Amino acid sequence: MLKENLVYDRPEGFTDTPTHYCPGCTHGVAHRLVAEVLEEMGVIDRTIGVAPVGCSVFAYNYFDTDFVEAPHGRAPAMATGVKRVMPDRIVFTYQGDGDLASIGMGEIVHAAARGENITVIFINNANFGMTGGQMAPTTLPGMKTSSSVNGRDVETQGYPIRVSEMLSTLDGVGYCVRRSLHDPKNIRLAKKAIRMAFEVQARGLGFSVVELLSTCPTNWGMTPVNSLKFVEEHMMPAYPLGDFKVSDAIKQIKI
Amino acid sequence: MPKELWKGNEAIAEASVRAGLEAYFGYPITPQTEVLEYLSRRMPELGRAFVQAESELGAINMVYGAACTGVRVMSSSSSPGMSLMMEGVSYIAGTEVPAVLVNVMRGGPGLGNIAPAQADYNQAVHGGGHGDYQPIVLAPASVQEAIDLMGLSFDLAEKYRSICMVILDGCVGQMMEPAQMPEMKPIKRANWDWATDGKMGKRERRILSSIYLDPIEEEKMNLRVLKRWKTIEANEVRYKEYFLDDAEFVIIGFGTAGRVALSAVREARAEGIKVGLLRPITVSPFPFEVIDQLTARVDAFLVTEMNSGQMLEDVRLAVKGRVPVEFYGRMGGVVPFPDEILNEIHRMAKVKLSVDIHPRDAWLERMTHA
Repeated sequence: MLKENLVYDRPEGFTDTPTHYCPGCTHGVAHRLVAEVLEEMGVIDRTIGVAPVGCSVFAYNYFDTDFVEAPHGRAPAMATGVKRVMPDRIVFTYQGDGDLASIGMGEIVHAAARGENITVIFINNANFGMTGGQMAPTTLPGMKTSSSVNGRDVETQGYPIRVSEMLSTLDGVGYCVRRSLHDPKNIRLAKKAIRMAFEVQARGLGFSVVELLSTCPTNWGMTPVNSLKFVEEHMMPAYPLGDFKVSDAIKQIKI
Repeated sequence: MPKELWKGNEAIAEASVRAGLEAYFGYPITPQTEVLEYLSRRMPELGRAFVQAESELGAINMVYGAACTGVRVMSSSSSPGMSLMMEGVSYIAGTEVPAVLVNVMRGGPGLGNIAPAQADYNQAVHGGGHGDYQPIVLAPASVQEAIDLMGLSFDLAEKYRSICMVILDGCVGQMMEPAQMPEMKPIKRANWDWATDGKMGKRERRILSSIYLDPIEEEKMNLRVLKRWKTIEANEVRYKEYFLDDAEFVIIGFGTAGRVALSAVREARAEGIKVGLLRPITVSPFPFEVIDQLTARVDAFLVTEMNSGQMLEDVRLAVKGRVPVEFYGRMGGVVPFPDEILNEIHRMAKVKLSVDIHPRDAWLERMTHA
């Protein structure tokens, strides 16, 4: 008789719902990492997620936790409201770069400056995915999008914003790192960072954010494999991976 | 509780605390700032949540988040700040969670000034945010009434999972009057069947959202909220009557404009003119029915507002052209004196009034040719 050995399953942090993400998009990977971490920490029951506006607007369908859905860019403010009245809950936002770095820049900066004890998962795929691939604050110079058809011209359309570097200058931030989802090794490192970010919150050590370099094959007009290469060859030089802020208290955490 | 001297804005803050306010999120703006200042001390002292937000946008979305957990939460602002909050107001309405908002109105549009006005009536009553929704709107005319209505506003917001706005002009916010505070109510967290406060091993997960991607589902939501609104209209209309029993003329005014009108009514009564006052306390739901009934037995109405006649249109809807409706307004932060309204009463008692001219046009003519 054939003996079956289950080696890969849905994490408990997930509901049994197929995602709406395009083939090859790394949102699914990021979702899974968050779900695995919530399961491993045993906090699914007391977690409240805050979904953004953008491709991950329906994130609330996929996590088996309570969820609220924020207006575009306002997730950190909404998370502040939740966390301040429910300090013993785990509260996280999941935001894209249009949501966090464009319309929601005010909310993210001030939540970080206040040291809100929340965790932010920030997906940087260098464009507005849901509305069809328009230029985002994170779009690379020269990168073609549906609203920078000749390539982002920095003379008229400005320069990309490096969110993690910027947030790491704020005293309220406890943990601020950038990781990438373009290969298995980096996915493992990303998961470790996500775990650390949630541990920071569980210990009340301040604002934690993990920026994840991600793909958008559909709007980039690339195959999934070429998208992963694009992250490695073009996004990583512009958005170097690294730990931009890890407070001394957090350095003591062993996971 | 004995009467104490309370400033309107601080009284609102303390009354909310005593009604079980668990979280306040706000931003400084004159003439509302004392609410924020007062609560910055009072809330932490009681171990409750207080955040001075980065903007009114931040504040309203913090309110939205806290409201989703089912606690009593509020924000306060003044006209330009309320405009900024309108995004969140629409989302809160679309998510059907209770929240209390206070607007201490000032002169506008734009930056305007910091003097008392009532020009946000339409924004509050007829919906300043996008989409179909109707908030409950209360309009106090004194510090005592503001105190009493704060308690009511939390009850109504929770009962109907609705936004309850309290609109007062800068007069009520800034003036000091003797008033009586209610007893401190203990915080009671209700076990709502909709709140996203974490599963905590007790139930399935919950989602709170204003998204209904399927138009049919959105329409169902719209109908559900509209039906709820009909219940609110049937049960929650509140107003105050003064000298209406034998009144031939009836003044209608809310907040400070109504209060100033009362002084004029008293003077006119002393002169033997049969005039009364109807002061709506809920401007939404609006007291259409009582105005409809009054129309059958009075000679004419006079609407007084500190705006260009915004509530006037709702009064005209109730009166339906059956008797003349006159209008007297001051705008831009100007508060009318009782004498001005008394002059209007004298004019109404003297001249033949017409239903054929729009009351705003006639008033504008008098204002600019005086």
